Amino acid sequence: MTARLARTLGWLALAAVLAASPVRAERLIVSVSNHRVTVTPNYSGEELVLFGSVEKDATTPANRSYDLVVTVAGPRADMVTRRKERRFGIWINTDSRQFLQVPTYLALFSNRPFDAIASPEVQRRQQLGLNNVLLTQRVGPDYADVVPDDAFRSAFVRLRKQHGLYREETSAVTFLTPTLFRTGIPLPAEVPIGLYNVEIKLFAEGALVAKTDTAFEIVKVGFEQFVATTARQNGFVYGLVTAFMALMTGWMASIVFRKD
Amino acid sequence: MQLYLPIADIPVNVFLILAMGAAVGFVSGMFGIGGGFLMTPLLIFVGIAPAVAVASVASHIAASSFSGAISYWRRRAIDPVLAVVLLSGGSLGTALGVWTFTLLRSLGQLDLMIATSYVILLTTVGALMFWEGLRALLRARRGGPVTTRRPGSHVWIHGLPLKMRFKRSKIYLSVIPVVVIGLAIGFIGAVMGIGGGFILVPLLIYVLRVPTSTVIGTSMVLTLVTMVFATMLHAVTNHLVDAVLALILMVGGVTGAQFGARAGQKIRGEHLRLLLGLLVLAVGIRFAVELVIRPEDLFTVRETGVTG
Repeated sequence: MTARLARTLGWLALAAVLAASPVRAERLIVSVSNHRVTVTPNYSGEELVLFGSVEKDATTPANRSYDLVVTVAGPRADMVTRRKERRFGIWINTDSRQFLQVPTYLALFSNRPFDAIASPEVQRRQQLGLNNVLLTQRVGPDYADVVPDDAFRSAFVRLRKQHGLYREETSAVTFLTPTLFRTGIPLPAEVPIGLYNVEIKLFAEGALVAKTDTAFEIVKVGFEQFVATTARQNGFVYGLVTAFMALMTGWMASIVFRKD
Repeated sequence: MQLYLPIADIPVNVFLILAMGAAVGFVSGMFGIGGGFLMTPLLIFVGIAPAVAVASVASHIAASSFSGAISYWRRRAIDPVLAVVLLSGGSLGTALGVWTFTLLRSLGQLDLMIATSYVILLTTVGALMFWEGLRALLRARRGGPVTTRRPGSHVWIHGLPLKMRFKRSKIYLSVIPVVVIGLAIGFIGAVMGIGGGFILVPLLIYVLRVPTSTVIGTSMVLTLVTMVFATMLHAVTNHLVDAVLALILMVGGVTGAQFGARAGQKIRGEHLRLLLGLLVLAVGIRFAVELVIRPEDLFTVRETGVTG
């Protein structure tokens, strides 16, 4: 139902209603252009747009300038990063690190560099930037994130970035007016299916003043969904049908191309 | 034209996949092999996860070997008795192979094992075929007798017990080496995700002295049954068979195979063996180079749970 709200820019109406209940000096009202991205046979990636506005009340200091950081995190999964080393003249995987329940897609957008927005301490606490996002690793018996320049962590982030699945853009958020902002959320074709959480944090004078979140999902529909669920839930039938399809194709070909 | 694959979870160009299927189909029709050892690396190259590639290629090979097997059956170029005996060993080998596969996966060095066995197997078989083809060609140049098949000399294999008559192939042979060969092919196929036709055909020709008239057809029957079995196995255990990908590959593959088979009949046998030897050797060397040279990136990321 949220999709319908979004399409009609319902957040404007919502803002009017909710503005009457002040909790803090600033409030964030946001919406994504599409809350349900459907994967159809001709799907090849998409770009969503996030709109929002900063709502002020009587206690808000006048002429405050704001900074905004948007974090989009896709469904979480365990991933392993392996390192190759030369042993006996050939390159083989020797060392590996397991990353536990890390986002399969992760995007961080802001209106200016994180260093300009907040102090290193705040950046760390608020997980601003790929260097500060928590990526839990299993190191022996311990579970911990390591320093940003750890070889495995930086290789992991670099490889995910190469596929467009991890991204960090410090100029992606645009303030259309001092309080109205927008940013694009590019989704490459190979983005994982699932639920995506969008976290929006508002900063003023280097401190977090408001935050909110929203979500969207990427789902398979129709034929794609049918095939995927059948493969998972009825493996035997699916296998039989595929094998039968193979035999039929082979048989058809031998008829079509029959020489006599 | 882009099409989103439901299991592989990426969009692919349909015409590219069709063309790949047709190209591999042409080669497989020409030499009477499944072509899995070419198709799987190609699919991985275009970005499909290795596990999905291996699983979907199995059904593609099933389709092309079935269409081949039908036409060989019509020409009475299949020895059913030989096929059944090979299969009895083959199914046992496949089961053993799957068990080994699981064991290696738990040890964490499956990738290396697959890569090295590709290298060893392909370079050895390729070099042997190439060498044999070259010798036959040189002999033909000098005007000597071309037929090296069936020199009539009795090797140790002919001294084994449990002899059986394979009527259509016109050979009288012990079942032991036949079952052993079937077992080996089934095992290799399950571990490496290939049909094994390119190893089976030379084994049948040089070790069992099966005449060329029935060798390809019979080998296709073995490939067909093991690949149908493999498709089922992959679908039930890993849920990684992409039926859409498989269908595109099949359509391309069976079409290519028909033209390949026609082209193959125009080429002399020894040329054909030389070419196949070169092809197998080239793929083997490519894998070897990958192992030996320093990789562009020392790190790899993989989602666990999805194996490959």
